[in-house]
Amino acid sequence: MNTTIVSKAYIVSGMPHILLAPEQSPGWTRLHEAYAELRDDIARQDADLILYFSTQWLSILGYTFQADPRPEWLHVDQEFHALGSIPYQFTMDVDFAQVYADEVDQLGYKTKLINYRGFPIDTGTIVAQKLLNPDNRLPAAIVSCNMYSEKEETTRVGQAAARALKKSGKRAVVVLVSSLSHRFHVQPIDPRDDKISSKKDDEWNRKVLELLAAGDVEDVAQTVRDFAKQANGDMKFKGMWWLNGLLGQTNDFEGKIFAYEPVMGTGAALIGLTPTAPIEAADLDLSQGSEEGSQAELVEELTNFDTMAMPSKPRKTAAPVSQPKPSFNPKASVVPRPENLKPTYLADYEIVSKNSAEPVGTYPHARRYGDFLFLSGIGPRQVGSKEIPGITFDEHRNVASYDIRVQTRAVIGAVKRILEESGSSLDKVIDIQVFLTNMKADFPGYNEVYNEAFKDIRPTRTTVEVGSLPTPIAVEFKVIARP
Amino acid sequence: MTQGSIVAGVLAPHPPHLVYGENPPQNEPKSECGWEELRWAYERCRANIKALKPDVLIVHSPHWPTVVGTHFLGLPHFKGLSVDPVFPHLFRYTYDVKVDVELSLQIRDACAKAGMATSVVTNPDFRLDYGSIICLHLINPSWDIPVVLISSNQAAFYFSNEIGAQVSKDLGDATRQAIEISGKRAVLLASSSLSHRHFVHEPDIPEDMSYERIHHHGQYLWDMKVIDMMKKGQCKELLDILPEFIEMAAAEVKVGALSWMLEAMQIPSYPAIVHGYGTVIGTGNAVVEWNPSLQDKNAKGRNA
Repeated sequence: MNTTIVSKAYIVSGMPHILLAPEQSPGWTRLHEAYAELRDDIARQDADLILYFSTQWLSILGYTFQADPRPEWLHVDQEFHALGSIPYQFTMDVDFAQVYADEVDQLGYKTKLINYRGFPIDTGTIVAQKLLNPDNRLPAAIVSCNMYSEKEETTRVGQAAARALKKSGKRAVVVLVSSLSHRFHVQPIDPRDDKISSKKDDEWNRKVLELLAAGDVEDVAQTVRDFAKQANGDMKFKGMWWLNGLLGQTNDFEGKIFAYEPVMGTGAALIGLTPTAPIEAADLDLSQGSEEGSQAELVEELTNFDTMAMPSKPRKTAAPVSQPKPSFNPKASVVPRPENLKPTYLADYEIVSKNSAEPVGTYPHARRYGDFLFLSGIGPRQVGSKEIPGITFDEHRNVASYDIRVQTRAVIGAVKRILEESGSSLDKVIDIQVFLTNMKADFPGYNEVYNEAFKDIRPTRTTVEVGSLPTPIAVEFKVIARP
Repeated sequence: MTQGSIVAGVLAPHPPHLVYGENPPQNEPKSECGWEELRWAYERCRANIKALKPDVLIVHSPHWPTVVGTHFLGLPHFKGLSVDPVFPHLFRYTYDVKVDVELSLQIRDACAKAGMATSVVTNPDFRLDYGSIICLHLINPSWDIPVVLISSNQAAFYFSNEIGAQVSKDLGDATRQAIEISGKRAVLLASSSLSHRHFVHEPDIPEDMSYERIHHHGQYLWDMKVIDMMKKGQCKELLDILPEFIEMAAAEVKVGALSWMLEAMQIPSYPAIVHGYGTVIGTGNAVVEWNPSLQDKNAKGRNA
């Protein structure tokens, strides 16, 4: 492994269910077990401290740093109090907290070291620390998440952490405590039925996980705004900017997804990131502008405390320290990734229609995989009824006659309903295979009705004759569509 | 049993600075002074509330945020240390609170009956939120009136401010119904600022009032607009524009405290008493009282 200021980085969920009630849900159990894997992984790291950034510790006045050397309390989560109390006593690296605060102070942001009995450390940090570092083997450092900060500021605060590590000659295990999507179930659920609160959130989570599995930290940081908007990212998922700033804004990592499960509807993942190249601390650069329109910087501008002779500390004008260029060329070192580190996190789920005929076997009406929607063979049968449109039966339930036009219309209607329940529509159909039981007799009538529906949509089509279909129907469609 | 009633409602902001400025024995940090306009406003309001001799104070606080339903306290006594996570240098307060569990559960039951998800705290280690503690201290520093705390269920606001307003109405209706059944005289406290953009700096001496001002003039105009409506008894109109106010002034009332209280009081159409307005680290705060008994007196006075 490379010698670097960061031995390993992790992104973890700080939901208390994983610590306090893993047995209640299969997903929570898997997360708990994956946390144990992370704990073992961390035990193998040659590190001096564990550094946390949690989206659940919010600050307004710049950034706060935990500086109580032995904080202890009996913590109860405000929302999930029924899960129980969490006693804790942590060992903090107060020296590092001071160095880190000094670095952030140089950026011109307000900083404060916190050393108060009973200060409420946030649930997320407590959960992560209890599960990752339960015996305080590594002293911890915790920095707050400013609720107003935007990309540039958060990234710079991450960069400051890297400089603080370099300055103190320490190597850290870095932990971002953040959910992915952060939309909760708004009603109590049976934990065994927990799921990501929407398919959309799930799809976005999987996109991000796919990038992280490939180690593309910088790329994920670039997508944070889109992700936050689309999937209700945890505190706008801004922790990713902090992590990216700290890790050098590159994609030079091996990623591993230890687990991805829902916790009360949120996207809870445990992700490991191993640097494949030394992480370099970016030099202090006070000339950087605020092209991101940082809220916090906007506030500072409006405040204009300098002209009000605000008795706050002026920015220190430390001269940038000249650093020799690293001889290591990260681009020349391509570390092959094991196959098991390349999972494909494409959307993959099934759709069971409530408004279409029940399947006659163990299959769903449709399955979304990636950017395609695959429908099972759809016939003209109706939901909740044994009748088949367009068919007349004799007294022995043999088909006396049938109308292929009526059946084809019923099939197209069923396809339309399933597509719409899947978030798609008839005009997104790409390809259709049609099965007729009597090509010679039925093709003209089927084709006439087909043309009414699809002449402007123009999917590709294949029509074949088959010996029979599973029920006494004369036509069945197999459809592929865009979701 | 006499039917219970809401004898007053107060918009009761909770900046920790006000307790810090007052220097009560329960608060560890000590100040020289600060935010007197708001503290004196609270003193005036406090006298009115005390005169009503309420049986219970009911608080809705945004600093007890929940998403899976509305939560209530289910134990009679909570004791502990409340430390503000954002301003710990100003607020580290030792509290000892008596809960009216009977009424707390009656409101919970009324909510459940109306189809709302609810939860009850039975964990004695639970720490009460500082938003509730602060406004309760400022209204009743002797802590001799039992309380009911209601969490701010923020799930509805995932969808829109309008849906959030509807949920606040349901919660307000349930609260009123439970109070009426209880036979108690209740005062409602909507623990909330108005405009809510903070400065991200503070003076080295936090109580240096020469730096205290509104964050932005636009916020101030919005605050004045809604306060004017309160003074004119235009609460229905106020609720109508509340979603816009929330957006334009980043108002803390977003998470339901004010709309809950006004709905519980069946949207008062009489003028509110504005005890005072002041800024705290850039946010706009008003102590406003809706007190039907004083309204009756004023009306009688005018008629005489």
